[in-house]
Amino acid sequence: MVWDWIPRNTDLIVRLLGVHTVLALVPVVVGLVIAVPVGWLASRSTGLRSVLIPAASVLYTIPSLAVFIVLPAILGTQILDPLNVVVALTIYTVALLVRSVADALAAVPALVVAAATAMGYRPGKRFVSVELPLAVPVLVAGLRVAAVSNISLVSVGALIGVGGLGQLFTEGYQRDFPTEIITGIVLIVALALVVDGLLVLAGRVVTPWARVAA
Amino acid sequence: MIEFRGVTKRFADGTVAVDGLDLTVESGRITVFVGPSGCGKTTSLRMINRMIEPSSGTITVEGRDVMAGDPADLRRGIGYVIQQAGLFPHKTIRDNIATVPLLLGWKKPQARARAEELMEIVGLGPEMAGRYPAQLSGGQQQRVGVARALAADPPVLLMDEPFSAVDPVVRENLQDELLRLQEDLGKTIVFVTHDIDEAVKLGDKVAVFRTGGHLAQYASPAELLARPADDFVDGFVGRDRGYRTLGFLEQDVPLGALTPVRVGATAGDGWTLVVDGEDRPIGWVSSQGVVEEAAIIPGGTLHPAGSGSLRSALDSALSSPSGQGVAVDDGGRVAGSISADAVLAALAASREAA
Ligand SMILES: Nc1ncnc2c1ncn2[C@@H]1O[C@H](COP(=O)(O)OP(=O)(O)OP(=O)(O)O)[C@@H](O)[C@H]1O
Ligand SMILES: [Mg+2]
Repeated sequence: MVWDWIPRNTDLIVRLLGVHTVLALVPVVVGLVIAVPVGWLASRSTGLRSVLIPAASVLYTIPSLAVFIVLPAILGTQILDPLNVVVALTIYTVALLVRSVADALAAVPALVVAAATAMGYRPGKRFVSVELPLAVPVLVAGLRVAAVSNISLVSVGALIGVGGLGQLFTEGYQRDFPTEIITGIVLIVALALVVDGLLVLAGRVVTPWARVAA
Repeated sequence: MIEFRGVTKRFADGTVAVDGLDLTVESGRITVFVGPSGCGKTTSLRMINRMIEPSSGTITVEGRDVMAGDPADLRRGIGYVIQQAGLFPHKTIRDNIATVPLLLGWKKPQARARAEELMEIVGLGPEMAGRYPAQLSGGQQQRVGVARALAADPPVLLMDEPFSAVDPVVRENLQDELLRLQEDLGKTIVFVTHDIDEAVKLGDKVAVFRTGGHLAQYASPAELLARPADDFVDGFVGRDRGYRTLGFLEQDVPLGALTPVRVGATAGDGWTLVVDGEDRPIGWVSSQGVVEEAAIIPGGTLHPAGSGSLRSALDSALSSPSGQGVAVDDGGRVAGSISADAVLAALAASREAA
């Protein structure tokens, strides 16, 4: 380790860390917004479910590098455009979360939904005030997987020049300079741990009722 | 008043859950739907608030066809206590109860104040307002379910096996409280159960359903026990129906004399009733001599003199170790003894009078 490389390059490291965080987390947010209605559709009918869930699984198995390279052709973007990475990771997030959302909504007790209907909730309000809040614990579990997996996948983008901290790997490898590679690994792991911890915390804060059950 | 006119429900898979139901539920009374599992009780109930829509026939609530207008509006005007409470696990007790007022557009402080008022009415301590349903016992959850249904003061209350998931002692408590509440509230209540004893205890009228969604008999509990319409109702009402009929006969039973003693005093020959310092019965002793605390045998059920039924009178005699029932006054003090023979004589007298 060449320790003093780190203080000399703080600016670069901090900038890459910022880029990495944005590239990983924007897709989580966008993916969630897309996955909720799609998951809701899948939870409503077994017919839709049997199409949407396998489709999501197939999407998830496409290698990320292939997506990064194919997307510019589809989107009409430059190969170096960070949008490619954001779109690709959004697709993965949706693929992951659709199943979580569908499972979480299906697990809401039918009796509770029936009670809400009997009280006079209309379907839209019932979804927002009863079904979705009850789905949060399972949803948070899905979000944690999506966030951590995105943080690791962003680095692959370095191979096409947009990879946040992954750039430290490619550079370090080219220059045969392990300090840079190790710094990248440590920061990615730390970022994943911090984001995961924050999600757990946020999940607890919005579901005080889930902790009293035990 | 709720009226079913030729109501049939056929589900998509062809199951006929309710078949040509004609029934009038009287206002301000408790009407119980009872019958074996799968006979269409829940389906009939849910057609009243349009959670299930009839395939044919009409249902009116206070003269209005339930199929006219918006179902959500209809439901906000009809209280519903669902099987096993069905509380919202993510809402506090206060917010669970405030649900319908909030849906009706009440201001939050007003809805919450109303919720706390209802907690008191159904016997829940104010310290529970901020708890979640998982922190309450089954019986407490049922009370919340009832409070939630009553929150917006709807004239009609639908209750689907509301007390089936709690133990017998708690159930009895909840039943008694429902009757007490109903005395004040005078709601039009439709109550579903598969327990004939519960039906007979709570109902002003009881509708017995037969499998296949047919109405087998619709009558008052006393009528049902005394004159079951057919073998099905007879079998369903159960073996002890003769005995249970006594529960609806409020006839005075002549009381015999008793010479109770206190602990430390001397008892005579045979069975002697022991009372405390305020003449309230403690139990019986069967031997002569000074009465010692340890020798007291617990007594039977107590019959409230002047207000009990022949059933409670007979039960007091049958459950007493001495064979003599004990009647007590309003203060729980011994009023006299009851013999099974006296109860049967009173029964004969009431038959002749009828
Ligand atoms: N959505 C449905 N689709 C098809 N059949 C149904 C549906 N709901 C109820 N049934 C059938 O209709 C019949 C009556 O059901 P219902 O729930 O009204 O019975 P119940 O008298 O309330 O019984 P329980 O005492 O078990 O609650 C049953 O045979 C039931 O299987
Ligand atoms: Mg039922």
